[in-house]
Amino acid sequence: MNPFRYERAQSGAAAIAAAQHDGDARFVAGGTNILDLMKIHVEAPSLLVDINRLPLSKIELRGDSVHIGALARLNDVAAHPVVRQAFPMVAIALEQSASPQLRNMASMGGNLLQRTRCAYFRDVAAPCNKRAPGSGCGAIGGENRMEAILGTSERCIATHASDVAVPLVALDAVVNVAGPQGSRSIVLSDFYRLPGATPHLETVLVHGELITGLSVPVLPFGARSTYLKVRDRAQYEFALGSAAVALDIEGGTIRQARLALGGVGTVPWRPRAAEHDLTGAPATRTAFEGAAEAALTGARGYGMNDFKIALAKRTLVRALEMVAA
Amino acid sequence: MARTSLSAVALQLSGSGAAVSEPAGPASATATPTFVLDVNGREHQLTVDARVTLLDALRDRLGLTGTKKGCDQGTCGACTVLVNGRRIDSCLTLAVMHEGDRVTTIEGLASGEQLHPIQAAFIKNDAFQCGYCTPGQLMSAVGMVNEGHAIDRNTVREQMSGNICRCGCYPHIVDAVLDWKGRS
Repeated sequence: MNPFRYERAQSGAAAIAAAQHDGDARFVAGGTNILDLMKIHVEAPSLLVDINRLPLSKIELRGDSVHIGALARLNDVAAHPVVRQAFPMVAIALEQSASPQLRNMASMGGNLLQRTRCAYFRDVAAPCNKRAPGSGCGAIGGENRMEAILGTSERCIATHASDVAVPLVALDAVVNVAGPQGSRSIVLSDFYRLPGATPHLETVLVHGELITGLSVPVLPFGARSTYLKVRDRAQYEFALGSAAVALDIEGGTIRQARLALGGVGTVPWRPRAAEHDLTGAPATRTAFEGAAEAALTGARGYGMNDFKIALAKRTLVRALEMVAA
Repeated sequence: MARTSLSAVALQLSGSGAAVSEPAGPASATATPTFVLDVNGREHQLTVDARVTLLDALRDRLGLTGTKKGCDQGTCGACTVLVNGRRIDSCLTLAVMHEGDRVTTIEGLASGEQLHPIQAAFIKNDAFQCGYCTPGQLMSAVGMVNEGHAIDRNTVREQMSGNICRCGCYPHIVDAVLDWKGRS
């Protein structure tokens, strides 16, 4: 790790002010991602602002939304009765993330901001437009089995790593942010940026802005949902492909669907066309397969990850069958 | 996107009921903080580089070498300790972040010469060979039981997945945990 200064923030405003005045400052909560990246010299902040003492850990129902504080730990969110009842797919995604130790450490805000696991991003000797803009992409034409097939650009094909962001995108979760210019709320699907020509810019946050929490609108049919994660090992592994599915079914007909895919996109992927196709359709395998085709429209393999196109379709079909059953 | 003033932000952040605890440790930025660390019920005053992880502070500053360094990147679980009763990987957190927390290491598990029941169960069930991962396995098992997860074989396997054993003692480790909780 590079040398850095450490400061423990006593208030949200103090945390924002401290970060605002140092362009190379970073916030630290669980530390599981940033300290890992600092050890391998991918991150080298001049100042770490510790936000762990801020009162941002609450999980509670507020009106029509479940509010999840930015510092709520993954295991606490997964175990919370309101979350388990309202959106099982969120609890399942969390329980299948990382390891029990890491889930006790990692915060919800930090999880949304976690960096890609792309091996070229994590190797400072390799080219990577996300880590070192303009240096090229090692994954295109390289070892790209884990890389994305949706939302890619000629500059970057790195997969977004979060599990829980996948059901949260499907649920239209709102990210609440405080910053030097005040506070604002951003729908999660607008929060992430596609890599395009600027893969180093991953979210719409500006320097000094701090995630304070998430507001997840209660979906009337959110209880009928699941998250299916396909990976190389049964436990403690990132997704090759995953699907979050919530269905409103009456008399064998789908009234509404919410879908999102993980492990295949440069951002958590919301296939709205597939949701539209399922609306009013019979809850049958044929309809599910049609929706999966629609969901993967525009998908592109890069050689070693070509298999993900078929895998993502099958993962979505199976998740739809699980929820419809 | 609604915008409010910074003072409204401060109000919003401080108005959620929970008071921020009394300022402790470095509120102003420093590269070498001085702070107090509570480990196994004993308080230690430390002045260390901010880069020192909790794991390195335990091993290199406090001489508590029972906690092991395996991967140093949060993958293997050999460095598992309890912080306020919850299991974490001590390699992926800074020592200075834990002022005011209760840290429990493998050295704090037994009562004098009296082994903790999970330690006795590991011996009885032959749950280790080389022993390098064992302190982390034991702390993780205690943390898992604190979390209420020692229910059945599959749950224990899933819940112990953050601890790697290259000797491959997994079946006996699960036996030991279930034996301890009377669920074998």
